[in-house]
Amino acid sequence: MIPPMLDWLIFDAAWVGDDNSVCKNETGGPIAAACWPFIKAWITPFMFGRYPESELWRIKITYGLFGIALLALLIPQIPFKKWFALFLLLPFPIICFYMYVGGSFGLMYVETNLWGGLFLTLVIAITGIVASLPIGIILALGRRSNMPVVKAICVAFIELWRGVPLISILFMSSVMFPLFMPEGVNFDKLLRALVGVTLFSSAYMAEVVRGGLQAIPKGQYEGAQALGLNFGKMMYFIVMPQALKLVIPGIVNTFIGLFKDTTLVVVIGLLDFLAMIQAGSSNPKWLGYLTTGFAFAALVYWCFCFGMSQYSQHLERKLHTGH
Amino acid sequence: MSETNVGADDLHHPTKTMSVSDEVVIEINSMHKWYGSFHVLKDINLKVSHGERIVVCGPSGSGKSTAIRCINRLEEHQKGQIIVNGIELTNDLKKIDEIRREVGMCFQHFNLFPHLSILENLVLAPMWVRNMPRNEAEETAMKYLERVKIPEQAAKYPGQLSGGQQQRVAIARSLCMNPKIMLFDEPTSALDPEMIKEVLDVMIELAEEGMTMICVTHEMGFAKTVANRVIFMDEGEIIEENEPNQFFDNPQHERTQLFLSQILAH
Repeated sequence: MIPPMLDWLIFDAAWVGDDNSVCKNETGGPIAAACWPFIKAWITPFMFGRYPESELWRIKITYGLFGIALLALLIPQIPFKKWFALFLLLPFPIICFYMYVGGSFGLMYVETNLWGGLFLTLVIAITGIVASLPIGIILALGRRSNMPVVKAICVAFIELWRGVPLISILFMSSVMFPLFMPEGVNFDKLLRALVGVTLFSSAYMAEVVRGGLQAIPKGQYEGAQALGLNFGKMMYFIVMPQALKLVIPGIVNTFIGLFKDTTLVVVIGLLDFLAMIQAGSSNPKWLGYLTTGFAFAALVYWCFCFGMSQYSQHLERKLHTGH
Repeated sequence: MSETNVGADDLHHPTKTMSVSDEVVIEINSMHKWYGSFHVLKDINLKVSHGERIVVCGPSGSGKSTAIRCINRLEEHQKGQIIVNGIELTNDLKKIDEIRREVGMCFQHFNLFPHLSILENLVLAPMWVRNMPRNEAEETAMKYLERVKIPEQAAKYPGQLSGGQQQRVAIARSLCMNPKIMLFDEPTSALDPEMIKEVLDVMIELAEEGMTMICVTHEMGFAKTVANRVIFMDEGEIIEENEPNQFFDNPQHERTQLFLSQILAH
């Protein structure tokens, strides 16, 4: 299976060209191999959707900032890691918001309907991932609580949001939600998608974290309590670090799933990475290269997911203190 | 009477003239506890004075561990009164935390925190419960690690230590909080015979320095060496209590006699 795949992807593929003439065979039909000029011609929409080309520098600057912070966190020798992490957590999202949306500080306003491509996928995935972990932890603790009201609320939340398909959550947020809102109040479509994705993912994350909490022996709780640590300190210093470390595989699994699930926002009219690829291959000038598009999408998704997986294994190795 | 695992002669002989003051640090009045409908502790009455060393023994399931775990609220009692250092033990979380700061506990399975180094295990509570600055906490930690004779292990993780070393770290960890009372719940029951002595030596030194201790244990040699009082519990009740020589040589109750004959026979 590998050699024919390599032929299709690399050896028989067309690599250079400006229009689809290089990807046609003798009879005028598409070649039986990848057409990479298609990707090259469409790279900007695939990466950024319909975001105005003149404003793309705003996105690229935030990518640069993120890359620098990430490198600083990953390379062991670089100091002040806490500051880089804090930067990513608080100021960075705010900077991103103002850069992407615009409308202030002299930047042109770009409505969220124009956001698309890999940029949109990353916005939805990263927001979902970063928000669902703390919410999931709180839900897991709530579900294990002895207080009946708290427990009931958490159980209801978890069972509701993970029992319903993400696609229906997105669809309902887009179609039904406006029906319940008073006349004229209109929540941004992307915001609705972000909330839906986050709540959905939090419910999954809650159960993953709860599995980890269950695995911590009672003796750890007792050792902490006997030292006088209250509930908050016990959770923060003793139980959570161990529980989360235990379920890193589950957490990263959920993140990877979420990253790929973001493609469902196409049902509410937001054009994520995959949707842009489909849009590109249905364009009359480049008709018939959907396979190449999908191959490219698979490659890009795989790179991100594999990157997350590799990082998680690095994290597990670093935190391994058992012998 | 033959000795058990560790003979009294093997242990360092401290002076038992360490004064026991009149100040009552733990008072348990008519305490009862139920697990559902099972009456696990029946009418427990106990007064512990400052500097006293008490050994609690009894067959499996007699409730001795449950009884001492009630003292620092790891278990909840349903009836009766427990007063520790003048503070009554109720559902009041503030009082519970106050009591737990003054009562240290060592467990059968050590309960060290495996994701933290030994030093971090020791400085955690002083820093975050007593708000000690880090360098002071580390100084205290190293001091107690030297007391239990394993200062070189400070940077290691619990998983890298032997059972005896882990238990000594657990004792040091409790001591870092400067407790007034130490509770021991079968501290040597999970240890290999060679390691029992090193832990008992630490506990004996602690007793010599006047620490108030309640120790649930099967180490009768330890009881003879160090205890002011030995209490025998069976089926949730205190059957007999006496000072060690009387207790071992002259047990009054039939159940005590039966227990002693079983435990000292092998």
